[in-house]
Amino acid sequence: MSCFLINGYPDTRSHTRFSVKFGVVVFPGSNCDEDCRHVLKNVMGQEADFVWHKDRDLSRYDCVVLPGGFSYGDYLRTGAIARFSPVMEAVQKHAERGKLVIGICNGFQILLESGLLPGAMLRNASLKFVCKFVELRVESADSAFTKKTKKGQRLRLPVAHGEGNYFADDEALADLKKNDQILLRYADNPNGSVEDIAGICNKKRNVFGLMPHPERASERELGSVDGRKIFESIVSQ
Amino acid sequence: MKTAEEIKLTPEIIQKHGITPAEYGSIKKILGREPNLTELGIFSVMWSEHCSYKNSKNVLKLLPKDGPRMLVKAGEENAGVVDIGDGLVVVFKMESHNHPSAIEPFQGAATGVGGILRDIFTMGARPIASMNSLRFGKLDDNGNTKRLLSGVVAGISHYGNCIGVPTIGGEIYFDESYEGNPLVNAFALGLARREEIVKAKAEGTGNPVFYLGAATGRDGMGGAAFASKDLSEASEKDRPAVQVGDPFLEKLLLEAVLELLKSGCVVGIQDMGAAGLTCSTCETASRGNTGVEIDVAKVPQRETGMVPYEIMLSESQERMLVILKKGREAEAKRIFEKWDLHAEAIGLVTDDGLMRVKENGVTVSEIPAKKLADDAPVYIREEKEPAYLKSAGNFDPKSLGSAGDLNAVLLKLLDAPSIASKEWVYGQYDHMVRTNTVVLPGSDASVIRIKGTNKSIAISTDGNSTYCYLDPYEGAKIAVAEAARNVACAGAVPLSITNCLNFGNPMNPEIFWTLKKCIEGIRDACLAFETPVSGGNVSLYNQNPKGAIDPTPTIGMVGLIEGREPVTSHFKNEGDVVILLGQTREELGGSEFLKTIFGVKAGVCPRLDLKEAKALNDLMIRLAKENLLASAHDCAEGGLAVALAESCISNKGYEMGAAINVGATPARPAGGRRVAPTDVSTEALLFGESQSRVVISVSPKNLKKAEEVIQSSATPYEVIGKTGGEDLAIQVIHRGLTPIPVRVLSHTWRNAIGRRMRG
Repeated sequence: MSCFLINGYPDTRSHTRFSVKFGVVVFPGSNCDEDCRHVLKNVMGQEADFVWHKDRDLSRYDCVVLPGGFSYGDYLRTGAIARFSPVMEAVQKHAERGKLVIGICNGFQILLESGLLPGAMLRNASLKFVCKFVELRVESADSAFTKKTKKGQRLRLPVAHGEGNYFADDEALADLKKNDQILLRYADNPNGSVEDIAGICNKKRNVFGLMPHPERASERELGSVDGRKIFESIVSQ
Repeated sequence: MKTAEEIKLTPEIIQKHGITPAEYGSIKKILGREPNLTELGIFSVMWSEHCSYKNSKNVLKLLPKDGPRMLVKAGEENAGVVDIGDGLVVVFKMESHNHPSAIEPFQGAATGVGGILRDIFTMGARPIASMNSLRFGKLDDNGNTKRLLSGVVAGISHYGNCIGVPTIGGEIYFDESYEGNPLVNAFALGLARREEIVKAKAEGTGNPVFYLGAATGRDGMGGAAFASKDLSEASEKDRPAVQVGDPFLEKLLLEAVLELLKSGCVVGIQDMGAAGLTCSTCETASRGNTGVEIDVAKVPQRETGMVPYEIMLSESQERMLVILKKGREAEAKRIFEKWDLHAEAIGLVTDDGLMRVKENGVTVSEIPAKKLADDAPVYIREEKEPAYLKSAGNFDPKSLGSAGDLNAVLLKLLDAPSIASKEWVYGQYDHMVRTNTVVLPGSDASVIRIKGTNKSIAISTDGNSTYCYLDPYEGAKIAVAEAARNVACAGAVPLSITNCLNFGNPMNPEIFWTLKKCIEGIRDACLAFETPVSGGNVSLYNQNPKGAIDPTPTIGMVGLIEGREPVTSHFKNEGDVVILLGQTREELGGSEFLKTIFGVKAGVCPRLDLKEAKALNDLMIRLAKENLLASAHDCAEGGLAVALAESCISNKGYEMGAAINVGATPARPAGGRRVAPTDVSTEALLFGESQSRVVISVSPKNLKKAEEVIQSSATPYEVIGKTGGEDLAIQVIHRGLTPIPVRVLSHTWRNAIGRRMRG
């Protein structure tokens, strides 16, 4: 019998030792929080807690996850209100101390709004929400988030967003390239993102934002396990 | 300004409320006096068709509601509850939001999604999947249909994506009868542990009644009454009757309500949907055999100067009525505050059976709750067989002559919006959030797993209104049968259905006749498949100035898969053997082939033999259980040729050809029938829509075993070809299609809707 018998609990756990403690932030309107924690706990075998957006202490976590969703309804602009929530001060400090932060989809938008990553997000070029599997190309394996991949490797992950059209001006783009901060590019750009950018890290390489959802591609029955590569990279610190 | 109590009720005011003189007499009898304006307003919304089912109740009772898995039956609560074993239940329902969507497609569709989700989570179940069943006018050269489709899809996308419930599939048909009166039927399914299910009851005298969520405004005034009228040119003026939705607020409500229910401080809870505060107070009181007293001055309001009449009738969205256990208020308030939600104590449960409405302590309305909620008039409407049925049934498709080049016909069918890929639509819905969607939209049924168990739920929505137009009884039977077949093709055991009955004005005897016939068809099919009706709704008065829509019962079927992976509809491996299950007959009446190629909507629609259908479903489930299927795909609109093409192309990026030759190998008759008899025309073999047929593919190593299983069933079958290559080639006895590259089929099918929407 296949591992489908125990839904979401594949028999081949990548890691059984608690090596990395994850804090998954829950904003009002987050909706991928449970999905992230599920993968981290049940697929990756890691310790993962929810962190309420009003909390201010992240000291017990090695890696903070800002999950997807519509934080505060994404009224005004995606991520624009979430950046002012109490937990984001703690996320800033966490990043300054060199600890890991990963922002997925809405989490990436929040990282941009809060200045932890450069650039901004525009509405998709189609002006429509887009949900589908896309192919990505690893641009740099030199990061805590991509070290288990190889440069040029293809990853198949889903996207699901209305505002994933990444934009940075020429100067910022030159900077990103000079410092090898572009970690993922779309092989078939779904949203009009400048230079097909799908995921970037900061200069210190400890803060990573990406529009695709690795947590949606970490179990065989969901059609791809390529997302695990990202989490495997993080837990192999 | 006069207060509601001072205004004298003239016959004009009463008529404007849609209350007949006889109904007014009943109201006076219930009250023992004349009602005041507020009370008249309350009766008018509760006794509208939308809330009371006064015109349909008498025929709805024909539907079977009992079954060993049914925990809450249709009509008892806001949604049906079905046992799926191991202490788990699913709660699901489908509801229409047709009239609001016709006037304001974005908000109409969005609030339809919001409303059905509230019905699910107020029962204590976490919504885990949404679907929708949509109908529009013809897409070609029609700016209005494009505007409606864009708006409806954007509205569903806006609400569903934000609240984080995946929209995992559904169906869309395009037909001129929906011109100006689109149908938006929203389905939602939730999951709970059996003991977590909460009833919408007001019990325990003295328990506090709380108002939770958005403030009340004048939006949606009399929406239930609005949905119970024909749409007309003047309906544009009803725009204030369309509510505005806030999915973010509903997400907070969802989380808060589930947390609140887990805390155990809730007695009962009900969404303020249609007829708002009125419906939720009198229904909870009626179910609890109690009374409820509220003071409208305590209701949070976002507009000034609202009178009790307006507050009671408003249909502002994202509001709940919560009855708490006395003494647990502080605990509940902590949860409301955690989620930044506004809650106010607005009243108490009483023991006098009255729904009493006060304003600053002064009683403005006092109505026996049970009589208001349950004693709406029930009408037995006149019925008459529609005159058009005779001429439509006499039509012989053979009189049309040749359809010409068969390759061109297949491509035209794949390009028909009702058949074409719906990727343009579901690509705008987040169908993967919650990471349970194991069969994505585009297969016969969508499937979600239940984490931590060996169970998955397969869901399909179906309803072919052309069949129902040509033969309401047979068409409705087919709607249920197709939905059952779709979940069986995924390998699921069909459990139960929900339905939306979308019809025209029931005062028209011909329309009422079709409604009754459709209900009879659903009844007979549900009995045959052992799938009781768990709930649903009725949407009447679906008319535009040109006339009524085609009768459109839509069915949402829920099936259960245990301990195995779901089967999908696309071909998987080169060299697999393709088998056609079921009997093909000379049945072109009502087909998409006639509609698309000849522009004809006539003929005798396919017949459905319920025994044959049930046997096929049982066979599909057995084949899936024994892991013998590489793929399974139902033959539906467009017939065998379209089903084969879809199996070739529906897995984007992994398209695969097939070489098919129907009638070349000896058919294996079961019960003395041949699968493809030689007296059936080529057109009917390729494009006819004979029911109870499935195209499966089987790996060569499983062929022997699969044939044994099939032969032990009552279903006839024929091995018709092999998968592989880059072309689809179909030979049928003497004629056939020249090989078509699958990339051409795929391109046509995949771009049909997007191309028109851009054009």
